[in-house]
Amino acid sequence: MPDDKMVPSDQVMQRILYQEMVTKTKPKPPVFRNVLGAFVIGGAICTVGQAFLKFFMSLGLAELDAGAATSATLVFIAAILTGLGVYDSIAKYGGAGTIVPITGFANSIVAPALEFRREGMIFGVGQRIFTLAGPVLAFGFVTAWLIGLIAYLFK
Amino acid sequence: MTATKKLGQQTFAFTNPPVISGAASVVGPKEGQGPLGKDFDVVLPDTLNGEQTWEKAERKMLKQSCQIAIQKANLTPQDIDFMMAGDLLNQIISANFTARDLAIPFIGLYGACSTMFEGLALGSMLVDGGFANYVLVSASSHYDTAERQYRFPIEMGVQRPMTAQWTVTGAGAVVVGTRGKGPAITHVTIGKVIDLGINDPNDMGSAMAPAAADTIIQHFKDTGRKPSDYDLIISGDLASIGRALTEQLVKQAGYDISKNFTDCGILIFDPAQDTHAGGSGCGCSAVVLAGYLLKEMTAGKFKRILGIGTGALLSPTSSFQGESIPGIGHAVVIDAYNLGG
Repeated sequence: MPDDKMVPSDQVMQRILYQEMVTKTKPKPPVFRNVLGAFVIGGAICTVGQAFLKFFMSLGLAELDAGAATSATLVFIAAILTGLGVYDSIAKYGGAGTIVPITGFANSIVAPALEFRREGMIFGVGQRIFTLAGPVLAFGFVTAWLIGLIAYLFK
Repeated sequence: MTATKKLGQQTFAFTNPPVISGAASVVGPKEGQGPLGKDFDVVLPDTLNGEQTWEKAERKMLKQSCQIAIQKANLTPQDIDFMMAGDLLNQIISANFTARDLAIPFIGLYGACSTMFEGLALGSMLVDGGFANYVLVSASSHYDTAERQYRFPIEMGVQRPMTAQWTVTGAGAVVVGTRGKGPAITHVTIGKVIDLGINDPNDMGSAMAPAAADTIIQHFKDTGRKPSDYDLIISGDLASIGRALTEQLVKQAGYDISKNFTDCGILIFDPAQDTHAGGSGCGCSAVVLAGYLLKEMTAGKFKRILGIGTGALLSPTSSFQGESIPGIGHAVVIDAYNLGG
């Protein structure tokens, strides 16, 4: 008796052949353009952040405090831009460059808050505000806890 | 009693082909700016349509398209025996709420983006079967309501892949009946659910292409017709990638549709509108049919068309659970033989 697993069934074969056809037909993602966009726009966000950091330090804040003030400022700007409907237009070109910095985190909280306002404050905004940021927070906490544990053990 | 109207495996031929006597389309601003903009009955100035929520805006659009279609058929809602409608929202709320307002006996449909053609097929069967004089068939979709249900909040900054399609904001409605003036529906081919394992919800054209191809091939087999028997073969919302794949799949079965095959999702937007692969949604095939195809048939540009409503039968839950995307395609033959010329 031949081993069923060795010979792909017609259906499996059909799926494999179709997958090949799809791969051939699909346009290639514009990787170079995306990488360039992420570099330029992500870099610009970081440069603005650096400028704020220097500015706050020049006002006499310690580096750690200036960092916190910079984060708050960037989050505020990103939230305003999201509210004005500008942030998603920048993200279209920026891609990962607009998602990875803290401004992307602000966008991921403000966007659902705006979106679900119409379902009310509790079950709309309250329940949905972290739908996108939730995973970042959850795994951020897990990572922080693990690093804390490592730091404690090897102190 | 045998099924006398059944032809081959999946096709049905009507004894008294139902006539499409009224059709209407209402679209959003982006669709209005597209290549077919001038063909639509109403182009909304904005996507909120004077309402507080996008969901309300969608059902207002659906209701308006139904009212205009009934009016164009020179009928009143009391003359309509059945309303068949559907949309993409959970529990098809746009259709349900519209039916509440119109007070016509209602059959709600869900065929994802194939809903308009599913409704045309079923409505024609009711008319030809002698169960109805007039059936109102309609479907709607809205970019903003679909995005928030299936993908991300509107203001979320994401980069859409090249395979992504843009949900059409629009509603289309037609009246099919025993009497009236307009092109007739002569055959329908009811599709099977086909799934060849595509699981990327950003690539629905590839997911639906095998179902569309299967229905097209089955239609040719059942009727004995060839691609050249149609002036136009048009799918609902396969967009550019799905269209190319369907053409290849149909070719493998020995039918060449490269000369007269296009897709509503390709026609409705211009590539410069940055929708990537093209349009999608229940509204896509509904407005292109009601706004463009039927008008061109009445004008004599197309004598006989084969329309295939295509649907990707996914839900966000099934996608997150790693399921692939089943597709479906329902074909309807619209023939202008009764219009002379």
